[in-house]
Amino acid sequence: METLLDTLGLAQSMELLSLSPPGWGGNLLRGLVNSLQIAFGAFGLGLVIGLFGAYGKLYGGVVIRDLLGIYTTVIRAVPELVLILILYYVGTDLINQASEAMGYGRVEISGVVAGIWVLGVVQGAYSTEVLRGAIQAVPKGQIEAARAYGMPAFLVMRRVTIPAMMSFAVPGLANLWLIATKDTALLAIVGFSELTLETKQAAASTRAYFTFFLAAGALYLVVTLLSGVVFGRIEKWARRGQPSLRAGQSR
Amino acid sequence: MTLRALFQPHRIVMMVLFAIFVIWCAMSLRWDWIPQYAPLALEGLWRTIWILIVTCILGFLLAIPLGLAQAIGPWYLAAPARVFCTVIRGTPLLLQIWLLYYGLGSLFPQIPWIRGSDLWPYLRQAWPYAVLALTLSYAGYEGEVMRGAFSSVNKGQLEAANSFGMPRFTMFRRIWLPQAIRNVLPTLGGETILQLKATPLVATITVVEIYAVSSRVRSDMLIVYEPLLLLALFYLIIAGVITLLFRKFENRVPTR
Repeated sequence: METLLDTLGLAQSMELLSLSPPGWGGNLLRGLVNSLQIAFGAFGLGLVIGLFGAYGKLYGGVVIRDLLGIYTTVIRAVPELVLILILYYVGTDLINQASEAMGYGRVEISGVVAGIWVLGVVQGAYSTEVLRGAIQAVPKGQIEAARAYGMPAFLVMRRVTIPAMMSFAVPGLANLWLIATKDTALLAIVGFSELTLETKQAAASTRAYFTFFLAAGALYLVVTLLSGVVFGRIEKWARRGQPSLRAGQSR
Repeated sequence: MTLRALFQPHRIVMMVLFAIFVIWCAMSLRWDWIPQYAPLALEGLWRTIWILIVTCILGFLLAIPLGLAQAIGPWYLAAPARVFCTVIRGTPLLLQIWLLYYGLGSLFPQIPWIRGSDLWPYLRQAWPYAVLALTLSYAGYEGEVMRGAFSSVNKGQLEAANSFGMPRFTMFRRIWLPQAIRNVLPTLGGETILQLKATPLVATITVVEIYAVSSRVRSDMLIVYEPLLLLALFYLIIAGVITLLFRKFENRVPTR
């Protein structure tokens, strides 16, 4: 194994990437964990916002519908980087003002929480649209039938709408999850030590740019490919009981 | 949207509230830096638009062979194209930009014939790396879109062209490509807006576009919100223009 690495000239790279110092592999993995933590949180927050947003857009009053329209349009037209900066400053300002009004001092906000907040609000706009489309694709009769039995609105949502819309929503949500994992890289610019920033720091101090950036790229790629497998399973589960599309039957 | 729909009572109230917000912004925030930075901002705006147009056109030209290779190519062309699209779509653009800029940027000075070539003065600047990274990214995403587009064109039309004895390249140019592009115009519009939203990333490798100008204002004037709000407004306007342009293209296509 080692002779093979030597002949390929990769021994030095392996040393740089080794998990214990002086290698930087541990730093990269710590960055990856931070990235995934933020991506999970942001995706979850985005789902919650998206569910309420989709219901608001479909069943809300005129004012709510217009406000949500503005929210989704603006968020989807302005670069994530700009939104991250705006939301970061607005969020910290609001929290600090609130805590000062209640008599506490200024609060230090952890990077992970701030990252989840800013990316979650951005994700919310996209998942609002995904979930709205999915809910609309559910045959009207199913929801009407549930209502006709006198089911309360929340129960209809939990028992009928959400299970029925899952198969329509999963491909879009899988896309959103991938966007979330890749958007965590943007937090590097505001100084959170996630994978991309850790990589850049490691690369800058060892001058081995290709080694570290390619290694980080491989880590992101592994996350992407694994997510593809997991979401494939979820989609299969969400489609259970439906005739397969391959067979050429209509749904 | 008709004028009638715009002037429903609740919308009038919202517009008034928005106007109050705009006036409050104009009155209570600092805007005295605008005249000083206006020339730089215009230059940055121009650079953003220029990078956007160039990378979209080059990326799309690259996406056509990528899509074609994946749709009908033999495996030794299809497999590399698929790997390229997966890698580009599976890693963050920021990482790709930094890999090209810092990686290639540290590699090139060590190679004598590159240092001696006529291209060296350009390769020492940041924008070629920015253009390259954004072009490859657009090509990766659009390659996937074009793959679907090429395989969705009606087979009968291609067979008809074939039976008329049309040369293969003419058939591609006159029938296959136009219909494929027509089918995915709405998607391309969305992807172009995504590309617009990717342009501020090149500010991290010292290309001075509109986002970089706003960061400079923020650090020079020690203000936070004003340049960011103005920047968001600029991007909204550009995104609106892109949407209108693509709608115009789409309207030129006769609908069935």
